[in-house]
Amino acid sequence: MIIVNEDWCKGCGMCIERCPVKALEQSDKLNRRGVYPPRLKENNNCNYCRLCELICPDFAITVIPDENLLKKTVKPKLIPVRRVRA
Amino acid sequence: MQELSAELIRKKYLRDEMWPSIFCNGCGIGNVLDYTLRAIEELNLDLDEIVFVSGIGCSSRLPGYINADGLHTTHGRAIAFATGVKAVNPDLKVIVFTGDGDCAAIGGNHFIHAIRRNVDITVIMVNNFIYGMTGGQLAPTTPIGSRSTTSPYGNIEPPFDLCELAKVIGAPYVARWTVSHPYRPIKSIKRGIEKKGFAYIELLTPCPTAYGRRNRLGDIKELWKWYDENTILIEEYERIMKYGSDEEKERASKMIKIGVFQDIEKPEYFEEYYKLIDRLKEGGK
Ligand SMILES: Cc1ncc(C[n+]2csc(CCOP(=O)(O)OP(=O)(O)O)c2C)c(N)n1
Ligand code: SF4
Ligand code: SF4
Ligand code: SF4
Repeated sequence: MIIVNEDWCKGCGMCIERCPVKALEQSDKLNRRGVYPPRLKENNNCNYCRLCELICPDFAITVIPDENLLKKTVKPKLIPVRRVRA
Repeated sequence: MQELSAELIRKKYLRDEMWPSIFCNGCGIGNVLDYTLRAIEELNLDLDEIVFVSGIGCSSRLPGYINADGLHTTHGRAIAFATGVKAVNPDLKVIVFTGDGDCAAIGGNHFIHAIRRNVDITVIMVNNFIYGMTGGQLAPTTPIGSRSTTSPYGNIEPPFDLCELAKVIGAPYVARWTVSHPYRPIKSIKRGIEKKGFAYIELLTPCPTAYGRRNRLGDIKELWKWYDENTILIEEYERIMKYGSDEEKERASKMIKIGVFQDIEKPEYFEEYYKLIDRLKEGGK
């Protein structure tokens, strides 16, 4: 489950952008700031890796792992290992 | 222990009435706070043992958001105030939030001398390549070619590499990461807080309003991507400089190095100071 503290969200979209399994989308309801906070897509692909929560600059997302749903957590690429190719 | 979540951070560490923060949409300063609080939680520290100190700038507003004692001081003087706090009560953990302008320009001398003395503080430097709060003037960290309000045709001044500087003056812990990858910054902040002596952690932080927009780095997503594409791990940099082709070397030399620059042990200033006092009390000379 994902709890979005809607009025704290500024709508930067980085959670949606960086989710390794593209489980998030913009919701269709504007918050008080006039932006669309994220929500889980109907077809829930979330594996509770918590990256969206970590990357949100405004503490607006909390990820609560679903006990009954035993999906494997796929750790996203988190260490910046960029190779230089000429 | 309950797994740390944003909701828990909010309850335990944040001053609710100050939120949502004043930072612009897409600004990375909130991430710096997030990573710092997660490091503190992982170290199991009590907020009463910590004092947050900052100077002036967007980044220096951070102590105001934390439900702990903090000093929001004058421009460039955060490290001087932090040294004062440490002098009065060496048992406190002192964490400094400072901007690149605050730390490298007006506060440059405090920075080098606190490192030279090796005062036991943790300096978290928010490097957004620009003076954010005052509308985007050139900072000593602005990359060559970048546009700012005071370099409208592109910067011609070579920037400071504060990690290299801190390293040569002998700071026991020096690291630089980008905020776009959370785990390494958290680890480094933990290590920095634990380190006896001066710890310098620089976090490359997007500022879409004053820097990104003026330099046409695209929307927030593009800007965040810029940080991934223009940074290189020190180990990889060194490998290329040894074994790479000329083209690879050329490309790598244009990128910003990230990683742990230094991790050593050294005598800490106030430990030495109190040892001296004890020696004199016992009638020594
Ligand atoms: C003595 C003094 N000189 C100048 C200023 C104006 N001033 C306020 S913030 C700032 C620069 C802040 O830049 P930085 O430290 O990089 O922080 P950022 O806002 O980018 O986070 C300046 C020059 C001031 N407040 N006090
Ligand atoms: S927890 Fe991970 S998988 Fe789930 S929405 Fe967040 S980033 Fe995506
Ligand atoms: S990262 Fe946070 S502020 Fe940005 S869109 Fe997602 S929830 Fe909103
Ligand atoms: S001006 Fe830049 S540094 Fe300041 S809050 Fe806005 S994005 Fe962040």
